[in-house]
Amino acid sequence: MHIEVRNLDKHFGQFHAVKDVSFSIEKGHLIGLLGPSGGGKTSILRMLAGLETPDSGDIVFHGQRVNNLPPQEREIGFVFQNYALFKHMTVFENIAFGLKVKKLKKPAIRERVQELVELTGLSGFENRYPHQLSGGQRQRVAFARALAPEPQLLLLDEPFAAIDAKIRQELRTWLRELIERVGITSIFVTHDQDEAIEVADEIMIINGGRVEQKGTPWDIYKQPSTPFVASFIGESTIIEDVNRLKGFENSSQASRALIRPEYIEIGHAGEFRLLSATEKGTVRHLHFRGSQWMVEVEVGASRLITYRSLEKETLEVGQEVHVLVHRAYLFNEEESWIAENALKADNVSMFI
Amino acid sequence: MKRLWITLTWLVFSILILIPLVVLATGAFGEGTSGFIKALARPEALHALKMTGLIVLVVTLLNGLFGIMMGIYLVRATWLSRRLRQLFNSIVDLPYAVSPVIGGLMIVLLLGPDTIVGAFFEQIGFKVVYAFPGMVIATLFVTFPLMVREVMPVLQELGTDQEQAASTLGAYSWRTFWQVTWPSIRWAVIYGTILTVARSLGEFGAVLVVSGNIINKTQTATTLVYQDMENFNVTAANGVALVLAVFSIGLLLLMERAKKRKEVH
Repeated sequence: MHIEVRNLDKHFGQFHAVKDVSFSIEKGHLIGLLGPSGGGKTSILRMLAGLETPDSGDIVFHGQRVNNLPPQEREIGFVFQNYALFKHMTVFENIAFGLKVKKLKKPAIRERVQELVELTGLSGFENRYPHQLSGGQRQRVAFARALAPEPQLLLLDEPFAAIDAKIRQELRTWLRELIERVGITSIFVTHDQDEAIEVADEIMIINGGRVEQKGTPWDIYKQPSTPFVASFIGESTIIEDVNRLKGFENSSQASRALIRPEYIEIGHAGEFRLLSATEKGTVRHLHFRGSQWMVEVEVGASRLITYRSLEKETLEVGQEVHVLVHRAYLFNEEESWIAENALKADNVSMFI
Repeated sequence: MKRLWITLTWLVFSILILIPLVVLATGAFGEGTSGFIKALARPEALHALKMTGLIVLVVTLLNGLFGIMMGIYLVRATWLSRRLRQLFNSIVDLPYAVSPVIGGLMIVLLLGPDTIVGAFFEQIGFKVVYAFPGMVIATLFVTFPLMVREVMPVLQELGTDQEQAASTLGAYSWRTFWQVTWPSIRWAVIYGTILTVARSLGEFGAVLVVSGNIINKTQTATTLVYQDMENFNVTAANGVALVLAVFSIGLLLLMERAKKRKEVH
């Protein structure tokens, strides 16, 4: 189902939860609403479901304005954060609920439930009650129940929040495959960027009730359009006076810079092709991160964080190293842009 | 020391509950089984028991309906301001704090034949005070918190998630109530009902004030016991009292059984 949201606005008492939000979602896409807690993600999702009424703005499904339709008529499936399974019903009855509401014939209900039980890997658990299931199984039941009446849109509120880390990984992959197989337009809310990047076709970054950016995970990583997005996605260090860094002397109008660990290269003089573009720094801390070293290096007044491969020579605390900053994300009060290391570019042109 | 406490506890229990019950039973059969039957077969006794039965029935039905609704509104009605809900919430407990006699008096002062409202009802041929409706209102006043207080904590714990889930699955409020909410609050309602029945069976003060205790008209089982005592008709008083006591004990046993069944699910 094609979804269009225009100028959505919502207050809870004095709190302005959603501020003039507009976006559209193409049929069959899987969208992640990502942002810090209390940013308005869940409110947007609940308004799409009809569980909250927007103060103003339009919600359009398939070209039809649905603002005045109750949740019962919107043809949506909703997976709640704590699953909200009917606790006095068995797995079978839970999944069959939406079908019974639709007044399907008994054999048809049995067939559809059977289909979903197999799809979600719950065979053999049909007669269990929710309290007899594990967290992951409950999540699958919630999922099957939401999918049973063949909704046009699937909404998931923090679907993996209540599941322990190990199974979460498994469920993410499973969910992604399942949604692809069913081919249903889906929107899920999360505050976990790994989850959003891994599962979603497209991410919407929501902060302070606004959509900061919408795009594919790669686009958002590569071209963050606001300082918030830049600092929220991936790891980063904020540098106060970037024009003291070598290669960024001309960026005087920028007040601050955000530098990701992967933009920085460190090592001995011999490891760089363009030594003139590097800066001298001192290693301040080394943290072993399982598959690589995380290095804190002091350059002038600022401390930068980067990673170094275990295959390279191990650095020591207090050691003098060369630091090459490939690029930085610069911003001041009005605007933001990405700057490449100027010396690096100059050198390249000189070689030609 | 421990033995002393156990003995003391049993002593208090016997003096307060066991011995009165035994005395009540022996008193009821003081003139043999025939005396017991005679006491109960009096027309005023039969009428009083019928009256009590009717009041219990009507009050339990009304209290079930309005108690559940009140509970739902106090927990769920977000359109009422929080302060207003807190106020209502404390008013619900009023009958616990106010003596039933005063409750009855309030009803007489409000709906008695000398008041505007009472006179209006009397004119359209509907007697409230010193008649069945007034007695029902008085008993409702006394029993009102019982259902609300049973249902409210369960509703609070239940939250609205399951109901919202039902609505996204296409179910409207009627189906949602019966298939989602009701199974969760069912046992609370059963406890509330049993407590209401037991309480309205034994209600005395409020009903005495409101009914006027007119024999063969507005007399209930408890007020009959009171009158029999006044007339030194001890055997008859014991007989009617025993019937009430047996009903109450039966209800409490039923409640115990209900609790056990709930644990099994």
